[in-house]
Parts: sequence; structure tokens; C-alpha cells
Amino acid sequence: MSDEYRFPVDLTSILLFASALGETNPIYYDEEHAARTPLGGVIAPPTFSIASAHWNPDHPLRGVRRIPRPGHAPASGRPAGGPEPGGGGGPNLTRVLHGEQRFEYHRPLRPGMVLHASSHPGKSWAKEGRRGGQMRFSERITEYRDGNGELVVTETSVGIVTGKAVES
Amino acid sequence: MSNPKLRCEDLSVGDQREAVVVENLSRTQIVQYAGASGDFNPIHHDETFATGAAGYPSVFAHGMLTMGLTGKLLTDWLGDGVLRSFGVRFVSQVWPGDTLTARGTVRSVEDRGDDGLVSIDLVTVNQKGEPVVTGSATALLARSR
Repeated sequence: MSDEYRFPVDLTSILLFASALGETNPIYYDEEHAARTPLGGVIAPPTFSIASAHWNPDHPLRGVRRIPRPGHAPASGRPAGGPEPGGGGGPNLTRVLHGEQRFEYHRPLRPGMVLHASSHPGKSWAKEGRRGGQMRFSERITEYRDGNGELVVTETSVGIVTGKAVES
Repeated sequence: MSNPKLRCEDLSVGDQREAVVVENLSRTQIVQYAGASGDFNPIHHDETFATGAAGYPSVFAHGMLTMGLTGKLLTDWLGDGVLRSFGVRFVSQVWPGDTLTARGTVRSVEDRGDDGLVSIDLVTVNQKGEPVVTGSATALLARSR
């Protein structure tokens, strides 16, 4: 996983994300409405920073995308975790679960911000699952800072790797 | 800077708010979320992969879609830009056709001078009443003077 990358935020990305949540709140797309509120402009929905995956050159679940990291040659072959089951050298997608997610909000995330994402591993632990064999948990913490170096959002994600596919 | 819908004295410990955040979840919405979020794990959109290699009964929603839907309860209730934290555990899968109801309960209201920090316990359940996410959030709301 890449530790650092840029995340430029724009109105269209926020609109697409809010749309996918079935949102109707105009604060996420209507610039004139948003300008009349105390926020003074459009902001992103609370979970929007997760869409920085589009800008993470090493994101393992990027489908067919091949756009490389700046200054690097295009990736050859099928991307890790691409459309072919279990393809590439990425995680085995049938065994990886998203266990927990937390956000801490420091200031509103707005279109026009060019965020700097920086991530590092947190705690890791293991326990026996009832249905999935041994489960390994690992935290990943990502800090998003604006152009002035001020924290905008901090994300903590807990991934779980299971011993076998989890039956629901 | 925020656009609150409430003042902190409008909320008391034990107050609840509940809302249906998605009805009869469609595969289209799951695909739309994949595109918007950039998470193209085929387990969420490729039925052949989900039922074959992975052994699930069908594709299922991204946990983050369920979290985003749960977030609608918070922003519709409390306002825009007021959240200070939002965290969930993903406890059960969400399947196409599911209807989800999110419920928030005020756990505490803490005095912060001109503001109050409100802590909310969260649970989102499916149409069978089974929890799919549990969690909590905090929001900073101004006090009347």
C-alpha cells in the first residue's frame, strides 16, 4: 500500500458519492444553496474521504484501472485484486473483510481542497472466529491534510483476514 | 463552521431518532457505490465471483455503503458539518433487497462552554431486525445564550 498520495477533491466526485448514497441533501451539490448556509459552500458527506481510493496508486481493489503513480511506468498485467477472481499478487478477496471504520473530523472537507493523504499501520491482533476460523485484525490509519498542513479528516480502518469465507 | 439543525439543549440523554435509510437495496446502488468510492472488489458486483469462488449466496453491499447510509441519519438529524467523530463495526452483511433502518440514541451531552458535545449510540438493522452495523458518533452543537 502506498503511504502517501494526493487527493484532489472536486464537486463532481462529491456529487457522485452523495448520489450513490441516495442523498438529496443540497449541501452536497447545490452551490447556491450551500453559499447561503453558515458553511458558506458545498461540503462532502461524512464518509467521503474513503473515495481517496481513486487516487491511491496502490489501492488493491481498483478494477481495470491502469493509471500509474506519477513518475512510474504503467502497471503491467492484471492489477492485484482485479476482475479475475483471486488474480494478481493482491489479497485473496474472498478472505478479506472490513471489520470496523472510524472517522475523526477536524474541519469540513470541501471541493477545491487538494488533500495530502498519509497512512500508516496501527494495532494488529488475532482471535478465533466462531465461523471463519482464525481471524487476523489490522488497523490502518490515514490522515488527510489540506494545503496548509492542517488535519481535515483522520480515518482508522480495521481489516480482517479470515481463515475461510465467512458464512452469514 | 457548521450548519446545525439543533442546539445542544434540544437533546437529552435517551432521546432517539430512527429513519429508513434504504429500502429494497438494489444491485444498481451497490454498483453505483463501487464507482463512486473506488472499491471494485468483485464480491460486491460480480455475482459469478461472489457465489462461485467466494461461496456467498449473492453479491453484498460494501460495508462503507452501509456506513454512508447510516451517516444520513446523523446529518438529517443533527445538521451539516457538526460531526466530530463517526465509527462503526460491520457486524453482518447487507444483501440486495434489504431495507435498512438506522437508529441513534443520545448517550451523553457534555458541556464545552459555548457548545455541547453530544455522543450518540448507533445501530442499523435490516428488515428482520438484525443489526448490520453498530457504532457511535459525536457532534458539536452550539448552546443558546
